[in-house]
Amino acid sequence: MKILYNEPSPLETRVLSRRFGLENSERLDTYLATGGFEAFRKALEIGPDQIISEVKTSALRGRGGAGFPTGMKWSFVPRNHPKPRYIIVNADESEPGTCKDRLLMEYDPYQLLEGMLIAGIAVDSRKGYIYVRGEYRYLITHLERVVEEAYSRGYLGKNVAGTGFEFDVYLHSGAGAYECGEETALLDSLEGKRGIPRMKPPFPAVSGAWQSPTLLNNVETFSAVPHIILNGGQWFAGLGTPKNGGTRLVCISGHVNKPGVYELPLGYPMLKAIYEVAGGIPGGRKLKAVIPGGSSCPVLRAAECDLAMDYDSLAKAGSMLGSGGMVVMDETTDMVRAALRIMAFYQHESCGWCIPCREGTAWLRKMLARLDAGIGTPADIDLVGELSKNMLGRTFCALGDAAAMPTISIVEKFRDEFEAKLQSYAAAGLVQVG
Amino acid sequence: MAELVTLTIDGAQVQAEKGALLIDVCKARGIEIPAFCYYEGLALQAACRMCLVEVEKMPKLQPGCTLPVAEGMVVKTDTPVIHEARKSMLEFLLANHPLDCPVCDKGGECELQDMTFRYGLGESRFLENKHHVDEQQWSPVVFFDRPRCILCYRCVRICDEGVGVDALGVVQRGVVSAIAPSHGDHLECDECGMCIDICPVGALTSGMYRYKTRPWEMNHVGTICTHCSNGCKTTLGVRGGQVIRANNRDHSGINGEFLCVKGRFGWDFVNSTERAQSPMLRTNGRLEPVSWSRALMTVARKLNEVKQRGGRVGFIASNHTSNEENYYLQKLARQGLRSNNIDHHRTGDVVTLIDALAGRTDALATVADLYAAKASLVIASDLAQQQPLLHFQLRANWRHHRSRTYVVTPGPVRERKFAVKSLHAEPGRELDAVESLRDDLSKEPELVILFGDAIQGDAVRRLVAFGDSLGIPVKYVCLLDYSNSRGAIDMGLAPGLLPGYRPVAEAGLEPGMTIAEMLADASLDVLWVVGANPLRNARLAAENAFVVVNEMFLAETAQRADVIFPAASAYEKEGTVTNVCGEVQSLKKALKVMGAKTDLEIFGLVAAEMGIDLGPFQPGAVFEEIRREVRGYNVSLPVIATGGAAQSVPLNGRVPALTRAELIQSARDTLFTSGTLGRYSKNLTSVLEHPGKLYASGIETP
Amino acid sequence: MTFSAELEARFAKMMQSYPPGRERSALVPMLLYAQDEIGHVSEALILEVAARLNISRLDVDEVIGYYSMLHKRPLGKYHVQVCTNISCLLAGGEQLLEHAKKSLGIGHKEVTPDGQFSLEEVECMGACCWAPALEINYDFHHFVTPEKLDQLIASLEKVQ
Repeated sequence: MKILYNEPSPLETRVLSRRFGLENSERLDTYLATGGFEAFRKALEIGPDQIISEVKTSALRGRGGAGFPTGMKWSFVPRNHPKPRYIIVNADESEPGTCKDRLLMEYDPYQLLEGMLIAGIAVDSRKGYIYVRGEYRYLITHLERVVEEAYSRGYLGKNVAGTGFEFDVYLHSGAGAYECGEETALLDSLEGKRGIPRMKPPFPAVSGAWQSPTLLNNVETFSAVPHIILNGGQWFAGLGTPKNGGTRLVCISGHVNKPGVYELPLGYPMLKAIYEVAGGIPGGRKLKAVIPGGSSCPVLRAAECDLAMDYDSLAKAGSMLGSGGMVVMDETTDMVRAALRIMAFYQHESCGWCIPCREGTAWLRKMLARLDAGIGTPADIDLVGELSKNMLGRTFCALGDAAAMPTISIVEKFRDEFEAKLQSYAAAGLVQVG
Repeated sequence: MAELVTLTIDGAQVQAEKGALLIDVCKARGIEIPAFCYYEGLALQAACRMCLVEVEKMPKLQPGCTLPVAEGMVVKTDTPVIHEARKSMLEFLLANHPLDCPVCDKGGECELQDMTFRYGLGESRFLENKHHVDEQQWSPVVFFDRPRCILCYRCVRICDEGVGVDALGVVQRGVVSAIAPSHGDHLECDECGMCIDICPVGALTSGMYRYKTRPWEMNHVGTICTHCSNGCKTTLGVRGGQVIRANNRDHSGINGEFLCVKGRFGWDFVNSTERAQSPMLRTNGRLEPVSWSRALMTVARKLNEVKQRGGRVGFIASNHTSNEENYYLQKLARQGLRSNNIDHHRTGDVVTLIDALAGRTDALATVADLYAAKASLVIASDLAQQQPLLHFQLRANWRHHRSRTYVVTPGPVRERKFAVKSLHAEPGRELDAVESLRDDLSKEPELVILFGDAIQGDAVRRLVAFGDSLGIPVKYVCLLDYSNSRGAIDMGLAPGLLPGYRPVAEAGLEPGMTIAEMLADASLDVLWVVGANPLRNARLAAENAFVVVNEMFLAETAQRADVIFPAASAYEKEGTVTNVCGEVQSLKKALKVMGAKTDLEIFGLVAAEMGIDLGPFQPGAVFEEIRREVRGYNVSLPVIATGGAAQSVPLNGRVPALTRAELIQSARDTLFTSGTLGRYSKNLTSVLEHPGKLYASGIETP
Repeated sequence: MTFSAELEARFAKMMQSYPPGRERSALVPMLLYAQDEIGHVSEALILEVAARLNISRLDVDEVIGYYSMLHKRPLGKYHVQVCTNISCLLAGGEQLLEHAKKSLGIGHKEVTPDGQFSLEEVECMGACCWAPALEINYDFHHFVTPEKLDQLIASLEKVQ
């Protein structure tokens, strides 16, 4: 019996994670014994149009962070294109606060493969690649064994599960670049280049990997597909709220008693997730803020957290559901330092292609480091917000926005903490610079 | 006719071609959308974000450089939001950029400076430490200063897409990403300096120019490059009688944005300390400086003396002198001395081509045709090395229009990267290989054939017959070596041909001696060598011949001279030259080198001293005579006068069959050599790649 | 350059993994796996990989600096990567990094004189719920305390 990273919670709705904790959950026999490949057979029966229609009905939205409706994305891939079509799994999980795809690949890799196979049927593709971030080497090795087993048992290759359907799967390792989680940057990286995002259009659905039509989704998105096909899109949609189908793996980290990855239906109350699923805040301390879906989301104050965790409710609250990486911060949290650490990350990961992100993140990192040390003037605090807004919406890809959004929100919502640092520095008798 | 759409730009209804880029549509309407990374003809980047505009129904600002116009689109380019966006973008750009314009080499002609002046913030809010990296030298001609680089990627693209060398890339990432050279810490490339010219800021600078002057202290003179036969316009920056640099920032020549290493850096022979700056006369076996009047008188007397006694005079003319000089020289020889012993180093068989095409007026391609033609065939030339502009044109045609190129060469050439078919052909077997392309070529809608010196005499006729048999319109380029090789033959610097390819018999003369015959003629009395160096590899049989030399440098031939006239280079004179495609363009005098005179002046003064009247020796007057007298040269004066190129069309009659085989041989110069001129250019000889090699292109995957 | 038979087999498989003519796609994983074997991306490795993939050395240079896991200078035998990103920060990641610096006597991106250890402060490694976390080479260690780190270092020292 494999030791799980965290104890499951009875409050979970376990669909994608239902095999987590089973003996040899990663083996084909376990998978077959628990309904594996039934969805694949059904998918072959119902055919591409029906598959895509079910995925559309399921209201499944991309689990990587952008939340684009999956069924719609699949319908954009031209099936009768002269070039081959590719299925690509984005396993470059690297949004800070997010650690769910790891578990899906570790505990239930066949679920992912089956999702890829169904996508292969849907867009008439014969080849899939799993782009795994380089840091997850143990998972690449693990998946290599899984893929090998699948081939040897006839669940990949020329005649998948005896159905005559042909599909090959290859693994591809990244080497340390957050930007490669952006789908077009991932494609450039896959092609052996710097991971610079591509100009869109053309979208990958039409011209993606090696200029061929490409269907690219997150690990969790693919992993949801077998359940949707097997149980129907309607059923999956019913697990969540309207337009926000299904469950998702929420990674609750930070100041909670039971940090961990929990599968919760969309629309689950955020406070319940923090206080019941994740066991509340240690030492009975008060909640200060929450990053709802990875560090690129605007931060919510404690008072803003009484909401349902779905795409629309979070958008209404001025934030995002993002990648499911929920970071809980209690009253002891130094928000200036948090802002600095987040900006340091985006600065480190900025690919450098466009001016506002390249220069903006570097400038902001330096300013935030200064303000974190208490050096500066109130005008500097304003400038942090202003420079962030000058990046927002003007960069080549979303990385600039990802850096700007949390920063703007922290400066707006926790300005007093910046000011307090400046004051304590001045009070310490040190000369103020600025 | 492309489909038109109607859109609204700043409140005005505009019609534009569907799919055209907004930035171009605006430019055509006189609306500037500022941009750094956008560069017409190169791949789109959308990286600098300077060109953001407001588009109705789009929540975010859109980059105008990648936005295709569409029906009903409503665009605003001049709103407070856009002004603010441009300001902030420049503020970001300047964050790590040194604000030391007064000592920056680019100051005064910097796009970042101009943009900041027009669109930027008046002050800097950046108080942090700037990221600094030390400057690097990548080659004798290219320096890179990372802090000044704004990462617009123009240099990377011009090198890869434009020149096909791909010697620049981007390394690292984020704020420390930097442009990097092909070989770790240095460049191995064409050293063309296109990256320097295209750099909008002071990041890439020229090793030959940097920190020598401020741009506004120079006179900028657009003239024609004096090296190869392609006829590129080069703008010389001159200060205090010195050439400081050459570039082509105004892109007004037939070469557009292109210049190779020779055009950009090969000007330093002009101010070489080895220039001959005084006439020399051999006295007691030694060359001694003398006055111009003494030198001219000595030559005139000698020529008159030999003329009177019916002696033998020969002229070996130049591939670099102007059409006017060439025309005047052959007049001096033929009218003044009744001699047809006049020749020059011939590097391609234009004569047979002109004859084979007799009667046609549309069969000679222009440089522009190479960019427009649907298909081209290159025979026996390493274009990227020998004809760099023609290579650039073919490549641009391929990348913009997907034109089809066929190559038949004795070794690998750079065109193979994009050629649809490239065949290997041993010297002498080229036409067999060409024949094997018949099926492919006959399916093309049109064709331009470029051929080197391996195709001469009968082979030229067979090639033209092949072209005729394809049943499609075919144009030709007979490849030549030097800046006025074409003008030399056009102006009749050949023993059997008068100007305009007319037989010498028309002038009542017998054909004269070729170069080889002159050199071998033991009874030659006078040999006048103009801007050529025949004695580098040969001996003069006439030991007692009186040798006159017009030269810039005291090379091998000058060492044998009895009189040396110090000659002005093409950059020191007015006149016209004719490029490999027969396009006539005017030279502009950029400077005067003390002591030297133009060849035209020298010829005119000698004629005057001899007492013969050959008409005024003033370039404009001679060109008028050429336009009147020389077949095909009645070109448009306004085009030439305004710096344009007008093709001469000499194809309206048979050329007399040549009585005997003449030596036609290319000097096989590479990108880094240029005959005698190249030997005296330290800039050219200093690069690692010098002297270069033909047919040595590595065959890389595209 | 010669590599182990195992690595050669991996390379051979990689070359077959991509569409024909797209072998360049193997570039990044090739460099990473080769680095694992020889310790860093050496000049010889750059040229070797360029030759095998029929690309220029500049093409290789371009990717090396882009990917943070590729290193041109030799790493320690054990490369200790401490995450200090947001979730780890909240769980004491910075203190853990400081402790690692002290215990190993080296700073960020430095190598111990005996070449056994190198240290790097890294970005989020996907262990947010089990923070603070670090990776030694490719092995994840979760809920790492300074004491646990010292034990880890000690056990690795013994292995040498």
